[in-house]
Amino acid sequence: MTAASNVDTPGVAKPGYRPASFTDALHSEWTKARTVPSTRWTLITAAILGIGIGVLVSGLTAHQYARDTASARSLWDPTALSGAGLVIAQLAIGVLGIVIITSEYATGAIRTSLAAVPRRGRFLGAKAVMIAGLAFIAAEIITFAAFFIGQALISGHAPTASLSQPGVLRALIGYGLYEALIALLGLALGALLRHAAAAIAVLVAIIFILPAIAGALPSSMEHTVEKFWPTQAGQQVTVVGSTSNELPAWAGFGVLCLFVAIVLTAAFVALSRRDT
Amino acid sequence: MPTPLPTGGQTIEARGLTKQYGAKRAVDGLSFDVKPGQVTGFIGPNGAGKTTTMRLILGLDHPSGGGVAVGGKPYRQLPAPMREVGALLDARAIHPSRSAYHHLLILAQSNGIPRRRVGEVLGIVGLEDAAARRVGGFSLGMGQRLGIAAALLGDPAVLMFDEPVNGLDPEGIVWIRKLMRSLAAEGRTVFVSSHLMSEMSVTADHLIVIGQGKLLRDEGTSEFVQSSLERWVRVRSPQLAELTTQLQKAGARVRPGTDQSIEVGGLDSPAIGDLAAASGVTLHELATEHASLEDAFMDLTHDSTDYRASEPAA
Repeated sequence: MTAASNVDTPGVAKPGYRPASFTDALHSEWTKARTVPSTRWTLITAAILGIGIGVLVSGLTAHQYARDTASARSLWDPTALSGAGLVIAQLAIGVLGIVIITSEYATGAIRTSLAAVPRRGRFLGAKAVMIAGLAFIAAEIITFAAFFIGQALISGHAPTASLSQPGVLRALIGYGLYEALIALLGLALGALLRHAAAAIAVLVAIIFILPAIAGALPSSMEHTVEKFWPTQAGQQVTVVGSTSNELPAWAGFGVLCLFVAIVLTAAFVALSRRDT
Repeated sequence: MPTPLPTGGQTIEARGLTKQYGAKRAVDGLSFDVKPGQVTGFIGPNGAGKTTTMRLILGLDHPSGGGVAVGGKPYRQLPAPMREVGALLDARAIHPSRSAYHHLLILAQSNGIPRRRVGEVLGIVGLEDAAARRVGGFSLGMGQRLGIAAALLGDPAVLMFDEPVNGLDPEGIVWIRKLMRSLAAEGRTVFVSSHLMSEMSVTADHLIVIGQGKLLRDEGTSEFVQSSLERWVRVRSPQLAELTTQLQKAGARVRPGTDQSIEVGGLDSPAIGDLAAASGVTLHELATEHASLEDAFMDLTHDSTDYRASEPAA
């Protein structure tokens, strides 16, 4: 036996704990989200808007169908009617994404959070996965509730949509995917701007105001802008049929994914470089 | 001898640490080691750069120059930071609508710390009964205790407290003093900032004194106290001018005192009395004055204070 084999190797003793993981950060982010009242209220708002408006539009429009012209009837899209509320509900979902990070800046909790999870990529990534998952599940619940209630109201007055019709299930899943991306956009804007009011203003501009301004452009430009504007293009995944003027469902959704990925990357770079 | 921690002690090492905010250099080339097994007081006037230094240690701010490591690694690279460093920075920086329990649970989960530890640290700081209450309704002292509970969650080898006695009542101050002493006795590295010299002189074993971001002293508390508490002797005499000349010849420092007196440093009263007798100078008063530690600290940091009240006109 040599002396060397008896020698302890100091400094290589394993610490008595395992390293923190991404799953730990994700777990922590979920607890953060479920332990503040703002999450609950924002989701309730999204549900009231999403289901309420979808049901209202479905019911009112169904009674109009009998008086519609043939050309109006050719555009009849019952899935879009019951999903009409999601267009407004996306604001609440986007705000949820914003507040999940700006509330940390407003209270100063961001310093505690980043001391606990100092890897900026892990911190932002855990928030992103949590908020995208939460938004997707919430939006799907709203979408399917609005769909079944809406179609029930339309039934007997006008043709209804069913899950077995081509494109309907994809459109209904599409609403959840679209809202998840809007939540991520909110998170990225919130991380970049750090103030809820500023981030909400930019989000509203992206979703509603800038596309409306595009309407003032010459029509050839207007079509191109509308076709590729990220949120407009992204909404194609929620449309059952397709029109020649718009990008196909998944291509349009891809444009939105790319846009959100760019803003999230910018948020990650800002979070990594900035002092907290 | 304190019982060594299973993980061994960890040292905070700052080397040339610098932080520039625009034109202002908040931290200016700080180099120091904070060693395990003792309470190290980090002391300087408000605005001296103590909080900025602690933020740099935690990787919250990026240094403009130099660097700082904990246990040989930059903070951002620690595999489970709360298991190695527990920090109390700003106790009010908490989401107000969450309960104390959930606040701690969130931190525990982020570092894979078991849930039962939340109950343990609430017990250590005496907040068990307030666990379910909203943090927004906490008093300053309760918030401070919650912040200390968060720092203790990961049972870390290094603890940092920024102005921990702020807002605590006398009982709380005695409690945290004992807590810091016992954490150090367990072999942990305890780094605590304060702007109160009197507080640090009873709590800390070692002092790092800074002013305007620069290191002024890095020495044991007893050495600091010894060197700071220089005695001055107040002397009254009808022949002050002659006495001053003689004292200065003997190497003493002389400064004008109040009301026709002088204050003499570097010689004790018997020596001054002998000198006066040998020179035939009459003395009317010879009294030793003790400077307080707070005075010594103010003298030391006087030139490096950013914000100070102007002296009232005499």
